[in-house]
Amino acid sequence: MINKKVANVTEALQGVKDDMTFMFGGFGLSGIPENAIAQLVKLNVKGLTCISNNAGVDDFGLGLLLQQKQIKKMISSYVGENDEFERQMLSGELEVELIPQGTLAERARAAQAGFPAFYTPAGYGTEVAEGKETREFNGKMYVLEHAFKADFGFIKAWKGDAAGNLVFKGTARNFNPNMCGAANITVAEVEELVPVGELDPNQIHIPGIFVQRIFQGLHYEKRIEQRTVRQRS
Amino acid sequence: MLDKHGIAKRIAKEVKDGYYVNLGIGIPTLVANFVREDIEVEFQSENGVLGMGPFPYEGEEDADIINAGKQTITTLPGASFFDSAMSFSMIRGQHVDLTILGAMEVAENGDIANWKIPGKMVKGMGGAMDLVASAENIIVAMMHTNREGESKLLKSCTLPLTGVGCVKKIVTNLAVIEVTPKGFKLLERAPGVSVDEIKNATEGHLVIEGEIPEMKI
Repeated sequence: MINKKVANVTEALQGVKDDMTFMFGGFGLSGIPENAIAQLVKLNVKGLTCISNNAGVDDFGLGLLLQQKQIKKMISSYVGENDEFERQMLSGELEVELIPQGTLAERARAAQAGFPAFYTPAGYGTEVAEGKETREFNGKMYVLEHAFKADFGFIKAWKGDAAGNLVFKGTARNFNPNMCGAANITVAEVEELVPVGELDPNQIHIPGIFVQRIFQGLHYEKRIEQRTVRQRS
Repeated sequence: MLDKHGIAKRIAKEVKDGYYVNLGIGIPTLVANFVREDIEVEFQSENGVLGMGPFPYEGEEDADIINAGKQTITTLPGASFFDSAMSFSMIRGQHVDLTILGAMEVAENGDIANWKIPGKMVKGMGGAMDLVASAENIIVAMMHTNREGESKLLKSCTLPLTGVGCVKKIVTNLAVIEVTPKGFKLLERAPGVSVDEIKNATEGHLVIEGEIPEMKI
């Protein structure tokens, strides 16, 4: 067994510097790497390019990095839940690249899988395709999109072991598996770090080969963005 | 004239047995409430769930189980979770049978705009561009006119596009309309709405052939 376990978040984020590019798993606030984000706030690294489907809310998730103006550029598909984000973007302080959600997922997966680029129909004929190569296949138009390049990928999983194997829960899975192995260093934080051998190899979502560092995360808030319920009849 | 529940109810009639359906945020979400109970349908949410159920009972909300609107949900027996790349493989790969989404504008050639108002609203497209570029069967659910009373069914879109030539059908508070090579073809009128009212509220070319029946909902 190749050991990927590190003692804590401090060790896990060693090598993080100003002006780096990071990928973050998570959809809305679900499945975000809370511990890594908190540590980035503490380290106060600046000039960051962040690849994440969303930008958190004003006081949680990537919103915490925005508050400290640590982010130079954001690459996302939907940023509608964050007023500070909108303010920084409209004032020009923050550079923003909005891309289709499926394209975001696939650009991560392409980086993970060793594809430099791929064709997708998403965004053809829109401003998203401006300046990009297009090509017709079987009578339909497609846009060439490139794999992401990032220094660190920050992943949140439900369970994991010292070998770096990961299991996700519910829709907290989202972009997390696609971003594993897509950056130079993949850092996974887990709710439960279990002894090696405890996870059933049949049930592992991401094999440890895609993970460089894994640690037991602490104090998960797991904030719910839209609490919707039905009445008991 | 229909309210948003009425629009959802009319669209629900387009949902057939055995369909996998992706519902957008807003009126489309309401469609799930009106689907016939004697047919089998599975709802896909692009954040990574197939077989979505209703909202949870109070106290049973789970931060790890949400829909694309970030709302807490439940799953039904037979449901599955998956990653985002696989979710969009379902969408891009045309495995999803029906996509229902909202729009700010639709053009008579089927172009749709629903993600950006330059300088005003910048939220992003989410999964909408992937959905409209790939789905064979797209129904738009929206009000016929905007808050200023201006038509949302146009000759050509004025806002940045989400997709080109992709909308097949539109259900509004006033009418059911099919997008055809000749323009917006009026199929049905909402209860109590006249053809003239629909004509006045439609900027794009409206094709009216024969008697236009009133919707049955």
